[in-house]
Amino acid sequence: MVGFELFGGSMDAITTVGLVLGEAVALYVGYGVLASAVGATVLDTIGADTIGSDTTGGE
Amino acid sequence: MEVLGLSLLLVVLFVGFGLLIGILFGFFGMGGSFLVTPALLVMGYPSTVAVGSGLAFVFGTSVIGALRHRDHGQVDYKLAVIMTVAMTIGIEAGKRVVFFLDSTGMADLIISVAYVGLLAAVGVFTLHDARQSDEAQSDGRTLADRVQSLEIPPMVTLRGDVRVSASIIFAIGLVIGVLSGFLGVGGGFLLMPAMMYGLGVPAAIAVGTDILQITISGAFGAFRYAQLGAVSLPVVAALLAGSALGARIGAGATKLVDEDAIKGYFAAMLLAGSVAVASKELGSAYGLEVLNTVSIVLIFGAAILVSGAVVLAAVCRLRGNKSGTWCRLTTS
Repeated sequence: MVGFELFGGSMDAITTVGLVLGEAVALYVGYGVLASAVGATVLDTIGADTIGSDTTGGE
Repeated sequence: MEVLGLSLLLVVLFVGFGLLIGILFGFFGMGGSFLVTPALLVMGYPSTVAVGSGLAFVFGTSVIGALRHRDHGQVDYKLAVIMTVAMTIGIEAGKRVVFFLDSTGMADLIISVAYVGLLAAVGVFTLHDARQSDEAQSDGRTLADRVQSLEIPPMVTLRGDVRVSASIIFAIGLVIGVLSGFLGVGGGFLLMPAMMYGLGVPAAIAVGTDILQITISGAFGAFRYAQLGAVSLPVVAALLAGSALGARIGAGATKLVDEDAIKGYFAAMLLAGSVAVASKELGSAYGLEVLNTVSIVLIFGAAILVSGAVVLAAVCRLRGNKSGTWCRLTTS
């Protein structure tokens, strides 16, 4: 019984860590796409010089 | 209206707070959970959930950072492995202390007091570092030289031709691991000074190794707390949504802004965090609601101030503006 409970807790914990990992990777990719799409527009709006061509962190 | 079991207001608050922390993490390479855990404590979350969720958030944020450093060759895997093994053992020890204290009903008080001391100590150190002269910087190198001269076997050679005792690296990792598990911090704001000033590792290698190591130890810490049901996924998810964007902005700002220009603000933020936790404890002890309010204002205010200074300095640099009133505040 104790072993089963521990197993259940471990599976829940693996799921929790997996969900956090999945969200982090999805956000990294998603914001990367967003930065590529609107980064230049944002820099133009700020009125940036040419030195700041990669300041949105786009890959 | 509720999202992920949280009120919409709380979700917006957590996403916004995550954004600020992400900017700080992306810019300084540290500065994640030591703000999150006190914030959750101040908001009334149980200490175990505050620490567990802080570790899970650190894990997610450092994954994003590690992905960015992956291709830049800024990792010393030998150093990372030794630190990871030592910190894993330390985190387990720290976690056991937290749950023991929780069973005695003293966890909230002791974790808060430890936070006050640690934040204040690192804040004073950072402030001193920000003001130090070139002469003082040579003292830092001397410390690393002294550590490297200790011939305690086994000796290892790290990237940057740094030869140092693996036993000393292990001991440092163990101490930082205990603090990480006990306080729910990723350890970045302790590891960075330890590797740079203590071991003499080059800054770029220290950042990359630090983030990889925090990813691994953060995953282990989050797993151990999640086993006990002490991770609030909705809170972590909302914080990560903000920090992932903030980390990109902060990382972009590093290409424009001199870190030393902002270091004083960072030290002030650490000290404000220390005062905030102390204020919250005093407010709870004496039933003074105003002190709890002061605590919340300090934590969120400090994060807004420093991340705002980073963004403002970057925008000023982008626009080539160093003479405006606001720009002078961040470039002088």
